[in-house]
Amino acid sequence: MLGFLVRRIMVMIPTLLAISAITFVIIQLPPGDYLTTLVTELESRGEAIDQSRLQFLRETYGLDKPMIEQYFVWLGGMLTGDYGYSFEYNRPVADVVGDRMLLTIIVSFATIVFIWVVSFPIGIYSATHQYSLGDYGLTFLGFLGLATPNFLLALVLLYFANVTFGTSIGGLMDSAYIDAPWSMGKFLSVLEHLWIPVIVIGTSGTAGMIRRLRANLLDELHKQYVVTARAKGLSPGKVLWKYPLRMAINPFIADIGNLLPQIVSGAAVVSIVLSLPTTGPMLLDALRSQDMYLAGSFLMFLALLTVVGVFLSDLALAALDPRIRLEGGATR
Amino acid sequence: MSADPIDTRRLDHYVSTAPFDPYSVEQMSPEQERYFMASQWRMMWWKLKRHRLAVISAGVLGFMYLTILVSEFLSPYALDSRHIHHIYAPPQGIHLFSDEGFVGPFVYGYDYELNMDTLQRVYTVDKTDIQPIRFFCRGDDYDFWGLFPANLHLACPSEGGTLFLLGTDRLGRDMLSRILHGTRISLTVGLIGITISFILGIVVGGIAGYYGGWIDNVIQRFIEVLRSFPELPLWMALSAALPVTWSPILIYFGITLILGLLDWTGLARAVRSKLLALREEDFCTAAQLMGASPRRIIGRHLLPSFMSHLIASATLSIPGMILGETALSFLGLGLRPPITSWGVLLNEAQNINVVALYPWLMLPVVPVILVVLAFNFLGDGLRDAADPYR
Repeated sequence: MLGFLVRRIMVMIPTLLAISAITFVIIQLPPGDYLTTLVTELESRGEAIDQSRLQFLRETYGLDKPMIEQYFVWLGGMLTGDYGYSFEYNRPVADVVGDRMLLTIIVSFATIVFIWVVSFPIGIYSATHQYSLGDYGLTFLGFLGLATPNFLLALVLLYFANVTFGTSIGGLMDSAYIDAPWSMGKFLSVLEHLWIPVIVIGTSGTAGMIRRLRANLLDELHKQYVVTARAKGLSPGKVLWKYPLRMAINPFIADIGNLLPQIVSGAAVVSIVLSLPTTGPMLLDALRSQDMYLAGSFLMFLALLTVVGVFLSDLALAALDPRIRLEGGATR
Repeated sequence: MSADPIDTRRLDHYVSTAPFDPYSVEQMSPEQERYFMASQWRMMWWKLKRHRLAVISAGVLGFMYLTILVSEFLSPYALDSRHIHHIYAPPQGIHLFSDEGFVGPFVYGYDYELNMDTLQRVYTVDKTDIQPIRFFCRGDDYDFWGLFPANLHLACPSEGGTLFLLGTDRLGRDMLSRILHGTRISLTVGLIGITISFILGIVVGGIAGYYGGWIDNVIQRFIEVLRSFPELPLWMALSAALPVTWSPILIYFGITLILGLLDWTGLARAVRSKLLALREEDFCTAAQLMGASPRRIIGRHLLPSFMSHLIASATLSIPGMILGETALSFLGLGLRPPITSWGVLLNEAQNINVVALYPWLMLPVVPVILVVLAFNFLGDGLRDAADPYR
């Protein structure tokens, strides 16, 4: 297990380096560096430009150096917790970001749990009652869930909440807790508001997971060992729980690799529509105003979130599935 | 006197002139022949026909793609004709019968009033104002496909009347006309994007799968890196980086390029795994021994054997692109007016307070969901049909 862990981490490092390189290229794509943007910004507002501050920023971030060197300065900063400087907020990125990254993690994690909890019973029901009325109904609902883009779902939900209850369902906590330090009350308030974005973001993932679990379980249920078990007189429940389900349950963990980027993507847009205090709206703002360091660190963070998530799911899969051999080289 | 002598002449040696067919027992009836000799594509077609939902979806999609050929003709107004007296006008229903009896298709006129307390525009239906719809009529001027001027429309409002079947937006532009025009952009974004991603996927996946070894390794790692980026934020970042000085049409191609450039990874993986399996087959070895070049083997022998699978999976990834464009334009990072797509239209529906008052601004959601559903069903049917021998 330890060897597998080390090997897996070794694979992760070049991946992360490549991701950081791509992110850096994207940061550099808009013409000019961010100081020229800052200067034009200040000029358009008619404010005086503090040359010494410009000089300070230029030296700290090595903007007068060649591209490669700038990349390593930026990368080094990333590693030591210095994420660059947001010209829009006039503060270091680390200060601006605040709780947002934590809240993004909470929303994503809650969505995964939601997808698991909902799709598990429904998937089993659909597979064991294949071609029944319930199965057809659930399959149709699943298709609808897959087809409806989640930001549109958010919009429609917002509209109906507004029309029927006259309230906005946006936000992730009571207004009293915004900018307040973390406390039990704030945490509970977040939990209270969490369910709407979680449902909205999780719909398509849930639909996909149900279909996958159903297909996997159906494959298993038609195998001979199930027939044998039945013939030996095992109770239907036991036949289901003891063997086929264990085989079919793999996608729940293995699919995090596909699910997580999808959730993070969905969360970014949904949180803009629902104005959640997560990374999404700020990423959009940063991109609009070409505040590229802020945008870059968000992009880096979101990619990091998925890479670490996939890593954890690989570990869980290796621990849970005895068929996955960690040692002994190639098995296929 | 004597009986006829026995005829001792030998019978002529009988030889059937019909050509001898040793397989006559195994002769197939025409129906059987039709079935057994059918090409793979024909069998796919038969199998697809049985998937009723897929056929209906294909019909719906075909119809929508046909409408984009004549969007200008179908829409009652031009894309940007404003009606300053009908800002945020609600949809007008089509009626056939008025209080007096049958009139033919017509709409009732509006009475307009500004509620001075809420500053909300209030339109009331005026039952006395009957405005028959005209058909095949001269209406707003437009440039057909931007090529030559015309003014023929399928339906127009009556003289001096209005025809806002889906309401109007904040500038008094007809929503139906705008949705019809948006169809052209929204549907082609997916097609161009998938073409780019298809070519990239086949080339890169083909190289990785056929040569294997370190090339395969490098490509696989690269794909892994690309896939670990969450799609939408990356799209957002790239489209935000498109220069603001570009013209809207350049932005349109830029967006399709971005959508295509990030989507090929799944396809490349499918091509690679299929190639890895197929290159061990005998027919591939035979081609190699006959001295065929790698390009010929991939293009002539390997690709056709799983082309159907590729087409099915490409169909399934078109809706993702359409949704991507819609999301980007909805956020204001994608296409820019005057280019109009469903996402651009939805951009107007971003403010929930406006939507609550004028819910018809959300109507572009309907074609989006319809198209995505149709592509999903069609893709599902194609995927099942892609393997007709099962």
